[in-house]
Amino acid sequence: MPEGTGIGASVRRREDARFLTGSGTYTDDINRHGQTHAIMVRSPHAHAKINKIDKSKTLGMPGVLAVYTGDDMKVGGLPCGWLVKNQDGSPMVEPPHPVIAQEFVRHVGDIVAVVIAETKQQARDGAEALGIDYGVLPAAVSLGDAVKPNAPQVWPQAKGNICYDWGLGDKAATDAAFAKAHKVAKIDLVNNRLIPNAMEPRAAIGDFDKATGDYTLYTTSQNPHVIRLLMGAFVLSIPESKLRIVAPDVGGGFGSKIFHYAEEAIVTWAAGQLKRPIKWTADRSESFMSDAHGRDHISHAELALDKDGKFLGLKVETLANMGAYLSTFSTCVPTYLYGTLLAGVYTTPAIFCNVKAVFTNTVPVDAYRGAGRPEATFLIERLVDVAAREMKMDPAEIRRKNFIQPSQFPYQTPVALQYDTGNYDATLDMAMKMIDYKGFAARKEAAAKKGKLRGIGMSCYIEACGIAPSAVVGSLGARAGLYESANVRVHPTGSVSIFTGSHQHGQGHETTFAQVVSEKLGVPLEQIDIVHGDTGKIAFGMGTYGSRSIAVGGAALVKALDKIVAKGKKIAAHLMEASEKDVEFKDGKFTVAGTDKAKTFGEVALTAYVPHNYPITELEPGLEEQAFYDPLNFTYPSGCYIAEVEIDKDTGTIEIARFVASDDFGKIINPMIVEGQVHGGIVQGIGQALLETCVYNKEGQLLTGSYNDYCLPRADDLPPLEVQHTDKPTPCTHNPLGVKGCGEAGAIGAPPAILNAICNALGVAHMDMPATNEKIWRAANAQTARAAE
Amino acid sequence: MYSFEYQKAGSVADASKAATGEAKIVAGGMTLIPTLKLRLAQPSKLVDLGGIKDLVGIKAEGGGVTIGAMTTHAAVAKSAEVKKAIPALAELAEGIGDPAVRNRGTIGGSVANNDPAADYPAACVALGATIVTSKRKIAADDFFKGLFETALEEGEVITAISFPAPEKANYQKFRNPASRYALVGVFVAKTKGGVRVAVTGAGEGGVFRKKSFEEALGKSFDAGALDAVKVDAKGLNSDIHASADYRAHLIKVMAKRAVQAAK
Ligand SMILES: Cc1cc2nc3c(=O)[nH]c(=O)nc-3n(C[C@H](O)[C@H](O)[C@H](O)COP(=O)(O)OP(=O)(O)OC[C@H]3O[C@@H](n4cnc5c(N)ncnc54)[C@H](O)[C@@H]3O)c2cc1C
Repeated sequence: MPEGTGIGASVRRREDARFLTGSGTYTDDINRHGQTHAIMVRSPHAHAKINKIDKSKTLGMPGVLAVYTGDDMKVGGLPCGWLVKNQDGSPMVEPPHPVIAQEFVRHVGDIVAVVIAETKQQARDGAEALGIDYGVLPAAVSLGDAVKPNAPQVWPQAKGNICYDWGLGDKAATDAAFAKAHKVAKIDLVNNRLIPNAMEPRAAIGDFDKATGDYTLYTTSQNPHVIRLLMGAFVLSIPESKLRIVAPDVGGGFGSKIFHYAEEAIVTWAAGQLKRPIKWTADRSESFMSDAHGRDHISHAELALDKDGKFLGLKVETLANMGAYLSTFSTCVPTYLYGTLLAGVYTTPAIFCNVKAVFTNTVPVDAYRGAGRPEATFLIERLVDVAAREMKMDPAEIRRKNFIQPSQFPYQTPVALQYDTGNYDATLDMAMKMIDYKGFAARKEAAAKKGKLRGIGMSCYIEACGIAPSAVVGSLGARAGLYESANVRVHPTGSVSIFTGSHQHGQGHETTFAQVVSEKLGVPLEQIDIVHGDTGKIAFGMGTYGSRSIAVGGAALVKALDKIVAKGKKIAAHLMEASEKDVEFKDGKFTVAGTDKAKTFGEVALTAYVPHNYPITELEPGLEEQAFYDPLNFTYPSGCYIAEVEIDKDTGTIEIARFVASDDFGKIINPMIVEGQVHGGIVQGIGQALLETCVYNKEGQLLTGSYNDYCLPRADDLPPLEVQHTDKPTPCTHNPLGVKGCGEAGAIGAPPAILNAICNALGVAHMDMPATNEKIWRAANAQTARAAE
Repeated sequence: MYSFEYQKAGSVADASKAATGEAKIVAGGMTLIPTLKLRLAQPSKLVDLGGIKDLVGIKAEGGGVTIGAMTTHAAVAKSAEVKKAIPALAELAEGIGDPAVRNRGTIGGSVANNDPAADYPAACVALGATIVTSKRKIAADDFFKGLFETALEEGEVITAISFPAPEKANYQKFRNPASRYALVGVFVAKTKGGVRVAVTGAGEGGVFRKKSFEEALGKSFDAGALDAVKVDAKGLNSDIHASADYRAHLIKVMAKRAVQAAK
């Protein structure tokens, strides 16, 4: 095994050289011969009837090749990937999701037409000249307003704008638990709506080969095979064999590039009509109003406690915004990725959760880094702090009292999941030590002397990653399986190409996956190539989201590598005239136990391709193996984050003085990459906690449609992040690497830690996110006023 | 962007002749180019001041400084002359936007644009600056006329801005967390003619003088002098970033901090 390139080594990211020097190939960098350009004409209204579209002026303009509206593009609708059922067993309301609006527009940014021209500028001119007569209708915009009686209806078939009314858990048992409660802690909270903001805006190029009738779509996707499946089978009726999807370098996704979007189908379909390639690249304003948004919940929750602070029961009622249409995974986010996580890391014996999904005249809402799990964690971890406050217990103490203990695994929660392993005291201990929890009182006093309010807050998160066992998700309404594939192709000289169905868009797979190969085959990294993002090259894949790549894609890779080693042993046994069971493989060498016979991996590979001396009657030549892996369970990363904040009462400004993280991701392949993933997640979590929020006005106009108004965190908003892996890791028990996934943890664990610290500093029970300077200032003033009384 | 003609002006006279009708001057382009990209403006021609050497530079004069219209924010921020005569002005320039904006954006462009949340207008008003144009000299008090409105006439080009040196001054900016423009910016200057306080970012009509603060500080240039002065939220902005009440409160806090930090 080459020094320091296997599992556990902090190898520098091999892909960064091309990203940092601007030599990556993103979709917009690709140009096809004879390429034309598309501009999407988008609705300026949140809700309107399209009375008439007059194309005549546009069609006469220089360079304009075509204008297509909903009437022209009569194809299948964009499918929703997950059927959720109501509490009474009936299916959710699933309205059509036309690729181009038909008759009505339902959010600002809804596509009304596409203009295709020789240049982007000409297409833009043509789009501006398009005559559209709208009959503006009242809009249901905010979640709270959309469920009011007599609210405008987004869809006539969804009465009261309800998509589904879903329940999970045992209601009777939960009611019984509340009946014997010593105290009930209550909270009303909002999980603020976020706009994803990947660095690279979405883009797509449709290409049609006249000679073969084949379509190719280049697109900014986290999962090209899923796009092929959805677009090919449901929207355009193109068989897989005639449709290739390429997702080249992708500049960030955070979930927003999982979904199948209308623009992908439009450029593919129109390329077939025009017999010319068509490129569309979103500008930033378009991204704000057309990328699926995230979060957007309103919840009420109650926690029943006994006199010692033990949790007896939890009741949660949540309204979840779906936006105007059901995006690919929208329906499962506030249900199976949310309700199932409501046990958190605690032994709460009875839980009941009711979620009503609501249509509004806004952009569809779907998975965004964490997807459902940040919403669940924020709710539980805030509520636990409220409970601690009411019980006059230390937040750490009440948590410890209720942790699931290491001896209790596998632990069946009352909300469907079975956690395989964990050690929550270990991460809490470590984080408390890192931040010097005991010394907080002195630091608070010192801050008070400077006129500052200092607060400390923690969150103990858990998430379900490695999405997911197909049989489980299938029984819960998923319309796809969630396994992963890997193909290992060993070339004649012993270099290796890996074809993975996982897709990297910032995660560093080209390094991490190569480390797994290097570890298992003893091949140096330079001879390992990780190929992904092209349905023309990779057998199949479900892509990257839900922190699943290493846990599911990595596991598939290990299975394929094991097959390579098994076949290699057979070849080596033949070459060394030994019995196959005596052959051992280690550090890139096949040896025979008890002898000095040895064959290198390269020699065996060469023999497989030059089979002069080969067991040809028993074994095929060549050295290439394929594996699919369908996990047995989710993986359950967990950890503890603690934040310490200092507030300036005069202005409400807040400084995060310290932020410490102790995570348990099981086995770690590349600690440096994992640390980077946690950093990024925490930063997004801090963004949600303090700065980011999507605002629509009453008419459904997006007020936060640019960086002047939508506040992403910047470097100077952030504290140094102190991130450590637990000293008592609990490797996943059911995948071959023992890995759990780390991509979303930061975004899940950080918001409640920050808000708990703020509430602690201000002595208030709750504050909604983002905790803006003004909100903090108001709360600090109210506190001063109380103190004066 | 719509298409437009482009002309690189050789002199101020050239520029003022060309910049009439639908033509527009471009300086650093930091404000103008984004509006063109969003198709919010459709000038027939852009007249670029970038080639006029006379418009760049900082001169120390009579204790104060005169800054050429095409001088970038970065140049003002690091100018020894400015740091010596009016350190508050150099600090203000250092706090504008990000490095790219500071290296392209100009003082003339900022003043001509009169964005209600921009920083320079507060400095001009509080320091009693004079805006020098191709035609005349305009006192800052008469120059800023409301949201994005100035006293500039068609074809009139700002050539320089003259700042007399104060005895003491300071600028305190409370940033809008998203745009980093001023949510509230308060420039306090103790000058020979008295104390002047200008507020940017907060007013519905752009930069304004806070006379009640000037009076109180005129009596005693001390932060405590403002304690008793009430700030009315009437006429202040309320938007998704801050209510008028909060802005009113911040005006006082920032003014007190400016008085304390003035040098
Ligand atoms: C990301 C970002 C952040 C920013 N942050 C801040 C901030 O924190 N504080 C702040 O104050 N500003 C900020 N700005 C604005 C910045 O300071 C601009 O540079 C400035 O407002 C305009 O200067 P300019 O040289 O770029 O002018 P241009 O964009 O070229 O021109 C602006 C306007 O002024 C006119 N004009 C320009 N020069 C003259 C002249 N000499 N005579 C007559 N008319 C003229 C133009 O015709 C145009 O209408 C920011 C800008 C950006 C893009």
